[in-house]
Amino acid sequence: MYVLGIEGTAWNLSAAIVNEDDVIIERAATYTPARGGIHPREAAQHHSEHIGPLLRGVLRSARDLGIKIDGVAFSQGPGLGPCLRTVATAARVLSLKLRVPLVGVNHCIAHIEIGKWKTGAKDPAVLYVSGGNSQVLALRRGRYRIFGETLDISVGNMLDKFARSVGLPHPGGPRIEELARKAKGYVPLPYTVKGMDFSFSGLATAATEAARRYDLADVCYSLQETAFAMLVEVTERAMAHAEKEEAMLVGGVGANKRLGEMLRLMCEERGARFYLPERRFMGDNGSMIAYTGLVMLKSGVSTPLESSGVRPNYRTDEVEVRWA
Amino acid sequence: MAMEIGRGAEAILTRDGDVVRKWRLPKSYRLKELDERLRAERTVMEARIMAEARRAGVPTPIIRDLSRFELVMEYIDGKKLRDIITPELSERVGELVGRLHRAGIVHGDLTTSNMLLKDNRIYLIDFGLAYHDQSIEAQGVDVHVYFQTLRSTHDDADILIESFMRGYRRAYKRADAVLARVEEIRSRGRYL
Repeated sequence: MYVLGIEGTAWNLSAAIVNEDDVIIERAATYTPARGGIHPREAAQHHSEHIGPLLRGVLRSARDLGIKIDGVAFSQGPGLGPCLRTVATAARVLSLKLRVPLVGVNHCIAHIEIGKWKTGAKDPAVLYVSGGNSQVLALRRGRYRIFGETLDISVGNMLDKFARSVGLPHPGGPRIEELARKAKGYVPLPYTVKGMDFSFSGLATAATEAARRYDLADVCYSLQETAFAMLVEVTERAMAHAEKEEAMLVGGVGANKRLGEMLRLMCEERGARFYLPERRFMGDNGSMIAYTGLVMLKSGVSTPLESSGVRPNYRTDEVEVRWA
Repeated sequence: MAMEIGRGAEAILTRDGDVVRKWRLPKSYRLKELDERLRAERTVMEARIMAEARRAGVPTPIIRDLSRFELVMEYIDGKKLRDIITPELSERVGELVGRLHRAGIVHGDLTTSNMLLKDNRIYLIDFGLAYHDQSIEAQGVDVHVYFQTLRSTHDDADILIESFMRGYRRAYKRADAVLARVEEIRSRGRYL
């Protein structure tokens, strides 16, 4: 079975074709803001300009390879409304034109499914961290339940905010990671875990304050150590609570080496296994939507046109997981 | 003779005669400075909150000793409410949680395994995740955890929940606002 998937919830517009074994084709058109962070309307404009050529390119490659597409998957949410609408419209047209079923995919679940596919994880507690999301999830009674999440902003958003306040370019994460490696000392910063939830907005403010008095590299290092320890602590609690023997890291912030290392140490200490997908499958990509669409279609799930409206606040536990 | 009686993500519990020792485990993934700061702060905070809870009329084990990363407290030789819960007991739990919230304390892990019955008194134990918070949201999540525990482990959860609400309303004047928020939290799909 070949499924074409389109991702476009935020900055990255990406289309891919996968089958049960591998990713066959993947192409992307990335929106990069001229300055500052993502502007939702600009991002949507970018997507609508690029989606036509992007899909034509993917379809041409498919034809060259002699591939017949059996289904069209699209990211239905969560994400930025205007971006989601562009993607959903293209997917509907394509499904009608090719006369194949349409399937709306939950973006967060797609991160988890491609991670499991590519790493061989079976039933992990998942730490999902990106510019828009920070959640700890695990499968329980047929749904991906949220065990812990941010009470305010996502960890990626926090890193970007801090970076902007000290004059580092967007996205902030990679620059902060680089500077942190040059640090010589630790600066205490607020650590906020409440039950199973974490909060980052106070930390961003405190780090900005600290950067006025301390070496920037030291503040970057301390910021990472503090924020990531919060995420790892909640992941460990979720593992204990949900009785999971595996952990997996997904989402754009997952590319940070120190975060992966901390999760690995936590898992070693508990005798659990840790899974880290390759970098290209960590951030937003079309393959994750195509693959999740494929497993959904194979389990008999498709999305009729009348229920294919976008869902900017789509939650993972609204989806009944029939394929796991 | 000390005997291990429990091991969580955060601490090891050992029983030593009529006391329980709770030692917070070091975490190698955390920077040593941060790790020691957190373990020390939490050990003190847990002891302080347990004492406050008792003053607010909620039975908790008495603290016998406190060192940097270790809490020594009275061993409560009781039965877990998980195994013996009835509507009457759930109503009394409601009253205790109402007192706790009135005092500005959120327990953070209100499962029926963290409630013991001894000599017809209900003790709340394991304040390892407890914190100070007066907000309706935090109190709502606290109650939500209790309801979810009832729903996942007891067949007559609805009756137990109703009984809890009776006790909670009696003890706490903001109960209606909190219980309305619990409904909202549930509809948001949070799972704990």
